[in-house]
Amino acid sequence: MGFKNYCFKKSLWVFHFGGASCNNCDIEILDCLTPRHDLERFGILLVGSIRHADVLLVNGSINIRDKERLIEVYNQAPKPLLVVAIGACGCTGGYFTDSYTFAGPVDKIIPVDAYVPGCPPKPEAIIAGIVKLVENS
Amino acid sequence: MDTELIIEKFKEKFKSDILDTVIKNQRRIIITINPDSILYVAGYLYRTEGFRFIIATALHTKKGFEIHYHFSKDDAGLILNIHVILDKDNPRIESLSNLFNASNWIEREMHELFGIDFLNHPNQEKLLSEGNWAEGVYPLRKEFK
Amino acid sequence: MSKKTLIPIGPYHPLQEEPELFKLYCDGEIVKDIKWETGYNHRGIEKLSESKTYEQVFFLVERICGICSNSHPFAFANAVEEIAEIDLTNRAKYIRSIIGELERIHSHLLWVGLAGHFLGYNTVFMWAWKYREPVLDLFEMISGNRNSYAMFKVGGVRRDIEETKIPVIQKILDDVKKKTDLLTGAIMDDPVIHARTKGVGILTKQDIIDYGAVGPTARASGVAIDVRKDDPYAAYPLVNWKVITAETGDVFAKAEVRLLEMYESISIIEQCLKGLKKEKPGEISVKVKEIPEGIGNGRAEAPRGEVFHFVQSDGSNSPARHKIRAPSYVNIATFKKSCIGQTISDATISLAAVDPCYCCTERMAVAYDLKSGDKLMNANELINESVKRTNELKKTIKSKL
Repeated sequence: MGFKNYCFKKSLWVFHFGGASCNNCDIEILDCLTPRHDLERFGILLVGSIRHADVLLVNGSINIRDKERLIEVYNQAPKPLLVVAIGACGCTGGYFTDSYTFAGPVDKIIPVDAYVPGCPPKPEAIIAGIVKLVENS
Repeated sequence: MDTELIIEKFKEKFKSDILDTVIKNQRRIIITINPDSILYVAGYLYRTEGFRFIIATALHTKKGFEIHYHFSKDDAGLILNIHVILDKDNPRIESLSNLFNASNWIEREMHELFGIDFLNHPNQEKLLSEGNWAEGVYPLRKEFK
Repeated sequence: MSKKTLIPIGPYHPLQEEPELFKLYCDGEIVKDIKWETGYNHRGIEKLSESKTYEQVFFLVERICGICSNSHPFAFANAVEEIAEIDLTNRAKYIRSIIGELERIHSHLLWVGLAGHFLGYNTVFMWAWKYREPVLDLFEMISGNRNSYAMFKVGGVRRDIEETKIPVIQKILDDVKKKTDLLTGAIMDDPVIHARTKGVGILTKQDIIDYGAVGPTARASGVAIDVRKDDPYAAYPLVNWKVITAETGDVFAKAEVRLLEMYESISIIEQCLKGLKKEKPGEISVKVKEIPEGIGNGRAEAPRGEVFHFVQSDGSNSPARHKIRAPSYVNIATFKKSCIGQTISDATISLAAVDPCYCCTERMAVAYDLKSGDKLMNANELINESVKRTNELKKTIKSKL
């Protein structure tokens, strides 16, 4: 078993980075923790610091000002790290690619391992995305 | 009706400053005034007549820089737009933020997006442009030939 | 000489959903000054709007804010229909109001959950968000999506609410009413919550008028402004309902206003559903040829207050200028008045009481260092302070019972 597989064998801790977003995806991510979907029963925990995280969830179209913060957060994270781009804005920039403050979709700034499209993606889709990611990693 | 009375009083008081009046209906009125009298007009509407400041909209048109100050008289459902036209090369106008706090942020934003100077603003510093675009760049200005 | 210490909240805290940085300058336990930085959320929406057609702008403005996703299309539709002087069919008016009020219910339940979390009542957070789910299911049934419903267009709505759906909606509303009773009872009667929220984060009537604050923030301080009553639109003049106000202006009053408003919303929806039964099915929009030159001031009452859209049309397919003002733009500025003089443990709940929708304001985040400001606490630790205070109060109060 490779080192990476070993790291992701047990429960995943997730850190959420919200870029310039409308908050829909943020709410759907938080919804995953609430009783209907309840991610915590799988051991998936939302943590407050990137230094404790195995998975980085990024959503929102990244604005010029957010770009440096995102790179900083990525550099601070202990590797190996899985990055998931959530929502249309996270995957490609969504509606906001023509804006004067758009700084490129997430995969132009940091390497991304999985994409969960949708506007916003349903909590079921986010869970399916994370599960698929872990199975394939 | 309420609105007619308010407008009559307004016209009486500011007759020399009013350049144009457009009454769309009982609830939507646009009055164009001389930019130099904005402080007196805003003070009168806020203090004497009890209007609430909603927001201000800046526009860049062929006439120059225009600002609509939106005031609301809640019990009558009236929105009164006080409209001013500023010079296209050097747009400046008195700040309303010493009168009330409601206009503080929007004047800073108009300054960043259009380059309009608000005289005597208590703190005309950056609101949202830091790191987002450079000094001297005004993203919402248009190109006119 | 007293040292001022610095406590940043944000910018990326998991439960504070959008990037925003408040810096609290504290002298011991008391907050003396607050600065905030914004710009992390700025997406240039007003400029984008000028390059899209009127139909496309509806999809754009929905994504200004996820929670009040419907209020922006509502105000924009009001503005454009004012320019073109369009009259809607009654059926369209009822459907618009139903969607608007369902949104108010889900938004207030979301707020109750967040407030519970900031106070240390994580169970309230879990329950409130669980009870929100049926409302989101309703949205999915009516419009196809849980958020960003794309229901509006110039001249009416895009989808009809068929006769068969009405009993389902009614059943879920009855359930929501029961759950609201449960939450209201739990929150309004709890002595610890009284101790944590009464007298905290007070905004006086004069503060509200000076900052031009709107929505439940204003109504909790006795300023009875509500766009649905003052400048009626859609089906609001066709149904009976009342504006909820409170007098004290503290966090408790804001919670009370929001909880009681949910009952009014349920009543409005039930009356609109009855109204729908009397209207001919299918007449959900009118034909619109073009938008003439002109100016439109449109507003709507979002869960957080008055949303205002100004649209200038030059006769073409796209707006020449589109100005958007969300309620949080004016409400957040009141943070300066409601938090200065409070203790650190009360800062988070005072902030949350305004129900700031950061993405609506398109700006959030500030972090400054005044003098020697050493970092004392980060956002998580601030919330822990608040939870600690609740636990202390629980011990004192329950020991007296």
